[in-house]
Amino acid sequence: MNSPWQNYIVGFRESLPAVLSAAPFGLLFGALAIDNGLTPGEALLMSAAVFGGASQMVGIQLFSSNAAAWLIVFSIFAVNFRHILYSASIGRHLGDFTPMQKVLAFFLLVDPIYAASEFRIENRQKIRFSWYLGMGSSMYIFWTVMTGIGALFGSLIRNPEAVGIDFLFPIYFLGLLLGFRKRPNWMPVVIASGLGSIVAYQTVGSPWHVSIGALAGILAAVLLPLQNDPQTDPVPLSGGPEDMG
Amino acid sequence: MSGDFLGLSADIWIILAAAVVTYFTRFGGYLIFARIKNIPPRLNVALNAVPAAVITTLVAPGFVQGGIAEIITLVTCIILGLRLPMMVMFLIGWVMIVVLRSIGI
Repeated sequence: MNSPWQNYIVGFRESLPAVLSAAPFGLLFGALAIDNGLTPGEALLMSAAVFGGASQMVGIQLFSSNAAAWLIVFSIFAVNFRHILYSASIGRHLGDFTPMQKVLAFFLLVDPIYAASEFRIENRQKIRFSWYLGMGSSMYIFWTVMTGIGALFGSLIRNPEAVGIDFLFPIYFLGLLLGFRKRPNWMPVVIASGLGSIVAYQTVGSPWHVSIGALAGILAAVLLPLQNDPQTDPVPLSGGPEDMG
Repeated sequence: MSGDFLGLSADIWIILAAAVVTYFTRFGGYLIFARIKNIPPRLNVALNAVPAAVITTLVAPGFVQGGIAEIITLVTCIILGLRLPMMVMFLIGWVMIVVLRSIGI
């Protein structure tokens, strides 16, 4: 049995691939946050307090389109909604954690940590708090530091369109979306949301196309015949670089 | 966004509210579903559809609001994204949009 410090180091080391994959997106988030009108301090606060890459990207895009405050908050909630399933699943395996350790652990429950935890459970290894903290603290520190660096450089970019910065969002989200393609109902959901959002975008206008399109997609999934899926633990679809949080 | 409340800007309050709801998603599943052994299948299906449904709405308008350069880039990225790692697709897409715009497409 390893000491807590050794477990921490193991967790820290296991986080490195995920940290490296997420780092460019931390930089990107910092730069885009500035481009979308946030101050460097606000960008840092958002990374430190929300700690969820995809939802932060969604959030700042809505910031720039002057969406209503509740819609920004709700959209971030919607993008992070899957974490409810993660915490439901992982929560059953944190028996050794004290209540305070759980309070901290759930704050750090981003996709790579969820995936690594499920992997340990699969291999009948105990999830120890020291290991979990090693992985979580590493991801958290690098994510906020990268945001800060990105924000500093982001303010230096004078003409974002010429260097394509304004179009990185759609490309980024497209990659994120393709990462979910193994999920049941993916294609019908994407088609329904895509058509719904384009129609809403042309008629009602931005930012309503987000909620209207999303509802269309969810409705499509609910109306489709149920598939037999014995799997109960939600597994993240890609352990790839696309999703930090 | 403007207007201060308790000395903090609206942006700050939105970020803090976003942090609270995000924390709720990370803790809430444990609190709520720890008691329920089985999530109703339809609810489960709806929850599973949420990420793809929301993210699609952020990509789709790119097909109608942009010009030819934007559409070519998105279509190429879809094809590349099915075969290449996300980061590679992302970088190629980035280069493409800059090049296509600079040659005036």
